[in-house]
Amino acid sequence: MSSVLAEAATVVSDRLHRRASRHVKERVIETILFLSALFSVFVTLGIVWVLLSESIVFFQHVSVWDFLTDTQWTPLFDDDHYGIMVLLSGTLVSSAVALAVAIPLGTTIAIYLSEFAPFSLREVAKPFLELLGGVPTVVYGYFALLYVTPALQYLALTLFGYNLPGFNLLSAGLVMGIMIIPYVSSVSEDAMRSVPMSMREGSYAMGATRFQTAVRVVTPAAFSGIAAAYILGISRAVGETMILAVAAGMQPNLTWNPLEPAATITAFIVQVALGDLPHGSIGYQTIFAAGLTLMIITLGFNILGHLLRRKFRQAY
Amino acid sequence: MLKQDVSEIRALIIKHKRRDLIFALCGLLALMVGVLTFAVLFIGMVIDGLPRISWEFFTHFPSRRAEHAGILSAWVGTTLVMLVTAVAAIPVGVAAAVYLEEYAPKNILTDIIEINVTNLAGVPSIVYGLLALGLFVYAFGFGQSILSAGLTLALLILPVVIVATREAIRAIPGAIREGAYALGATKWQTTADHILPYSAPGIMTGIIIGMARAIGETAPVITIGALTFIAFLPAPPVKGEFPFLNFEWLFSGFTVMPIQMFNWTSRPEAAFHQNAAAAGLVLVVMTLSMNAVAIYIRYRLRKNIKW
Repeated sequence: MSSVLAEAATVVSDRLHRRASRHVKERVIETILFLSALFSVFVTLGIVWVLLSESIVFFQHVSVWDFLTDTQWTPLFDDDHYGIMVLLSGTLVSSAVALAVAIPLGTTIAIYLSEFAPFSLREVAKPFLELLGGVPTVVYGYFALLYVTPALQYLALTLFGYNLPGFNLLSAGLVMGIMIIPYVSSVSEDAMRSVPMSMREGSYAMGATRFQTAVRVVTPAAFSGIAAAYILGISRAVGETMILAVAAGMQPNLTWNPLEPAATITAFIVQVALGDLPHGSIGYQTIFAAGLTLMIITLGFNILGHLLRRKFRQAY
Repeated sequence: MLKQDVSEIRALIIKHKRRDLIFALCGLLALMVGVLTFAVLFIGMVIDGLPRISWEFFTHFPSRRAEHAGILSAWVGTTLVMLVTAVAAIPVGVAAAVYLEEYAPKNILTDIIEINVTNLAGVPSIVYGLLALGLFVYAFGFGQSILSAGLTLALLILPVVIVATREAIRAIPGAIREGAYALGATKWQTTADHILPYSAPGIMTGIIIGMARAIGETAPVITIGALTFIAFLPAPPVKGEFPFLNFEWLFSGFTVMPIQMFNWTSRPEAAFHQNAAAAGLVLVVMTLSMNAVAIYIRYRLRKNIKW
């Protein structure tokens, strides 16, 4: 009897013994997982390295001052000018149009879904909005060029007697706004729904209506999240490519008028990539300088969003 | 006097209730803008594109004559590019998420990785195209190939996969881990045998949404120099003799569905616009059904699993 017990004890203690192979395997796996996580940092470093290294060559040819102040963008002509303002104006105007659509509509939808809508409607509307965000942007571009632009042309002609050009920033911007609505509404709504119920109950107890509660209590409390949603919308608008490449034309045009055609930073990159520029030429480097500008703008907005969130974050 | 006060208050209540109603209507209206736009977009594409969709449309190469043009090279290209993207993005993305959720110590390096993933999700897609142009196409010498495009889109959807996987893992209660540890399982045994299987539906959702996004991405693929007119197919990945696999296709030139659609949209002839509508219809049905599957999985998950 006692010998059996002793035998069992040795078997158990053998099993409990720390096995080197098991330890090594754990270590190897942990290292592999760590390297996978670290890989994302290398992607960022890769982006920064590629954009900077090509842009530095570009800025040896073109001075930063000219790049920022020149009012012409003709990199492929003999008389070459590199004024990024030309492309930037297209980007800013189209983004402004898009945000003028997306921010009011997206915020209204968010407040409505979070504070007003019955449960069943919310269950249907949220996935639907997600689907809207999943439509490929080239399809939106097709829609802007072949549906929205003709409709706008008809409206402009009958109402104002104005001949709207076939490519314009307005139509691209409007469709881009629709595309951005789901981003704005879903992030804002999540922020509003994370406001604790007790705050709403306090407001109702004071006799406030739903609308007053939504606008004066919930929205300020969720401000950091809503600001993050707007920033996300801005980033999307500035970086959007295909809608503009299809519907806004690819002609560089320094304008603040959304009724005109103009190229954006992103559309210019597409235009150059569609052509056949030799690797290492100045034309090839311009797209990296343009990309660097784009990256700095979106990075700036992302940092702003981060700061806003930090400043206005309320902990419950 | 008191009576007057009460009626004033009543009037105020009515006024405010009316505002509630007006806002609710505005909310519905705003929602309808989205719904209607999508309806017009989809129905318009069906009307314009459906007559063009036939067996020939899927088995013909693009052509100068609109009525003979098809999307053979485009859908084959999309399939092969997606294959590369899936093989590259899924293991790295899931591994990174597992590390961040289960293994990562609380230190500066972990913070940097986390902030970095968030930032990568906000980088415009065309910047990934520039990265790939400088790195994959020229520095690594992959050329303007299926391999370059697949890897580019893999980098693009990496943050999507990481974020979704992390959320799925985070939803698993700590008791599961404690149970496994109590029975003497190692960290990796716990992860591989418990955490990953239980979070699989959530991970699947993230992967499907990421792949749906990759299928529709146009800008980065144009930037690395995908061709818009391709009338050949890459070498088949399977061959008759040993070792039966053929990797030449990885370095082949290619086009993908959204680029084919872009090409047809930017032509002036209306006949090509019909082709664009048909290609767009195929593309939208593909991405939307993938998204719908993902949403459905998540819905069932939320409904059925109670820890």
